[in-house]
Amino acid sequence: MSGYSADTRIRWTEWLPWLIALAGFFLLPEYLALGARILIYILFALSLDLILGYAGIITLGHSAFFGLGAYTAGILSTKLGINDPFLQLAAAAAAGAALGIVTGAVILRTRALTLLMLTLAITAILLEVANKMSSITGGADGLSGVQVNRILGLFRFDIFGRTAFLYCLVVLFIAWFFVRRLIYSPFGAMLTGIRENTQRMHAIGAPVYWRLVLVYTLSATLAGIAGALLTQVNQFVGLNVLGFEPSGELLVMLILGGVGRLYGAFIGPALYLVAQDYLAKQFPEYWYLGIGTLLIVVVLFARGGILGLADKYRQAWLASSKRGSSARASAR
Amino acid sequence: MARILETRQLCKSFGALTVAENIDFALETGARHALIGPNGAGKTTFVNMLTGVLRPTSGSILLAGEEITRTNQAARVRKGLGRTFQITSLFRSLTTLDNVALAVAEREGIAVRMWRPATRYSELKDECMSLLATLGIAEDAAAAVQDLPYGRQRLVEIAIALALKPKVLLLDEPAAGVPSHDSQLILQQLENLSSDIAVLIIEHDMDLVFRFARRITVLVQGQVLVEGTPQEIAADPRVRSVYLGEAVHG
Repeated sequence: MSGYSADTRIRWTEWLPWLIALAGFFLLPEYLALGARILIYILFALSLDLILGYAGIITLGHSAFFGLGAYTAGILSTKLGINDPFLQLAAAAAAGAALGIVTGAVILRTRALTLLMLTLAITAILLEVANKMSSITGGADGLSGVQVNRILGLFRFDIFGRTAFLYCLVVLFIAWFFVRRLIYSPFGAMLTGIRENTQRMHAIGAPVYWRLVLVYTLSATLAGIAGALLTQVNQFVGLNVLGFEPSGELLVMLILGGVGRLYGAFIGPALYLVAQDYLAKQFPEYWYLGIGTLLIVVVLFARGGILGLADKYRQAWLASSKRGSSARASAR
Repeated sequence: MARILETRQLCKSFGALTVAENIDFALETGARHALIGPNGAGKTTFVNMLTGVLRPTSGSILLAGEEITRTNQAARVRKGLGRTFQITSLFRSLTTLDNVALAVAEREGIAVRMWRPATRYSELKDECMSLLATLGIAEDAAAAVQDLPYGRQRLVEIAIALALKPKVLLLDEPAAGVPSHDSQLILQQLENLSSDIAVLIIEHDMDLVFRFARRITVLVQGQVLVEGTPQEIAADPRVRSVYLGEAVHG
């Protein structure tokens, strides 16, 4: 947990996601496309966790920033011929940040259900705009033929998706490092304060509204980058990156993994997308049934997501081992 | 003596209901002032106007000579107006140390720093620990405040307010809901407060009020009935009839 007495050293378990990703790269070369998709959604979920899990901002419209980032990269390449990967990422980040600060400044004055509806409205508007402005966005057909230059002039996006996977992994790693610093910083502690007791934050002199706009903008920036990665990896962007569906799906992934725990944003998307991939192959018509069942099981038996459950068992185990050792001590 | 906090002709009505009527009130530097009055006298409304939770219908509020009538709550806090809540309002799942540290971080402008881990702000933590020590709750530093007994939570509430180094401290029923032993403890801590801080206490516990306050203002039906020293207030027949008398019979 964040705070002024937290242990901020990186624990060995925190290296696991990266080791698993690298192992996957070498051992499962035929799944690299799925792998890259998972990495992108982890970044997207990380951005959501920052506002939902830490600052307590509830949203159903996070796809607005993801979609805007995705279209920014797509339009840059197909309409303006700008194919540099980092330029595309930077532009998508800037677009996400700009939309984040503008919409955040308006909607973060509201709370709870009103806020939820407004976030949903913003992504719905963007979806409609993308649909109607087909000369720029390709409308319902989307933008195909997105090109991405060699990374640093060296690494070409190959057809096996190796470069794409490692590229996403590196971007995610940098973003993770940044978010982790943020969470353990005074800023992160302050966000938990807002989530825990907004009224009290006002009463210790915190300009809560501006702080929320700030974290919302940071989160929107990360979501924009995630969107651009998706376009670059797929070399295509379509309407499915905007609107309720990707927002809702993301929320489900994060809840599945565990909200406000940083690594819930890793486990949730990985589990969700792997399950989706497997179920879609096994039961092409009914795969949503499987996802639904998974979600019901989590909500019924693992409030706080997979990580919440893991925590509970770990604490129970610690308590029993403590009891065991004190029993041994008293027996002596 | 200089007036640190002052209200002039302060009024508040909710529709036809007037809950504060032309309140002229002054708190002097280093004051130990109590605000008392029967239920429904408008004490909470008055405090809410002072802190910026409610906007007065008319009149003005001055902090250290500066008009703050239209300043929002957080900005008033930054100008030196600290408060505690009648119903404990803490960061419940956070540790005692973090509860206080958040307030110190706001005061020092550290709260928006995003890179260095919070743990490494050792000066800030030292300040928090010494504050907790003066209030006698240092051993609870690492405990989540929701696990503390209520009396101790009240002390954390005061610690947060003090962490802001306020010029004026508004204590809204600091001993409400606290067993009498703990309320003695709280009173003891209040008596130890620095004389630089002007304290306004809103309290039902008359024992505590008369021991702590050097001046008392009595509020009845949204108006100041009388103001004076504890002896004057105790001797005042009007106060006896509307307030103390009521308390005896009630």
